[in-house]
Amino acid sequence: MNNIYDNEMKIEFLSKSNNEAFARIAVAAFIAQLDPTLEEIADIKTAVSEAVTNSIIHGYEERIGIIKLICKIRNKEVFIEISDSGKGIENIEMAKQPLFTTKANLERSGMGFTIMESFMDDVEVESVLGLGTKVTMKRKIKSNSQNEEFAIATIRREE
Amino acid sequence: MNSFYKKEDKQLIFRLDEEIDECEVQKIRRRLDNEIERYMPKEVIFDFSKVSFMDSAGIGLIIGRYKLANMLGGKVQVTNMQEPVKKIFDMSGISKIIEEVQYE
Repeated sequence: MNNIYDNEMKIEFLSKSNNEAFARIAVAAFIAQLDPTLEEIADIKTAVSEAVTNSIIHGYEERIGIIKLICKIRNKEVFIEISDSGKGIENIEMAKQPLFTTKANLERSGMGFTIMESFMDDVEVESVLGLGTKVTMKRKIKSNSQNEEFAIATIRREE
Repeated sequence: MNSFYKKEDKQLIFRLDEEIDECEVQKIRRRLDNEIERYMPKEVIFDFSKVSFMDSAGIGLIIGRYKLANMLGGKVQVTNMQEPVKKIFDMSGISKIIEEVQYE
């Protein structure tokens, strides 16, 4: 099998609210092999949580459908794809605006995409009305360089 | 989540559980509102000391309770935020309207 990625996983789960935690914990466990910092893990978990919640609340609304989550690793970079076969987004640019929400009645803050965009290096959204939405996100893990710097500083001090 | 009301200070304190996402928010929202309406506190304090994860659902939760408390003549405060929670809080801009206080 030809694969340009170092590692890859795929899970599918129902659009139930208690799977938000499952999805972000699964991703956190999978990317642990890159030795990320706690902050990097927290950022990525939050972005995953936002995307999955969007699929549940907006994509499927009250219905139960399937959410697909793919996570890939290449070098020190994490690629995450979260997709649903829900109702789709009418206007992606508008949906990405901070504080914009179509579900104010559910107390949605309209910060989902803003959080994804600021916690990840790159976020792309593809959506077709009636067919579903796919969010693709990337994040480079920098942790090792910091750890190395720390190690070097410690060694110097010991010298 | 647990909550307690300090009558002498008219403070209602909510000590939130570890993870605040849409799932958790759906579970606790009504209970928070019931208690706010029952005690009509001067201060509603969200204690985040146990919270290690929060996403935008938590922001929606705080804003919603802020509106309710305001309407009833009280205010909302937050305390004991750890780094990941603080980051979301600051990014959302609600730190401009909701005060962070010291609380043991």
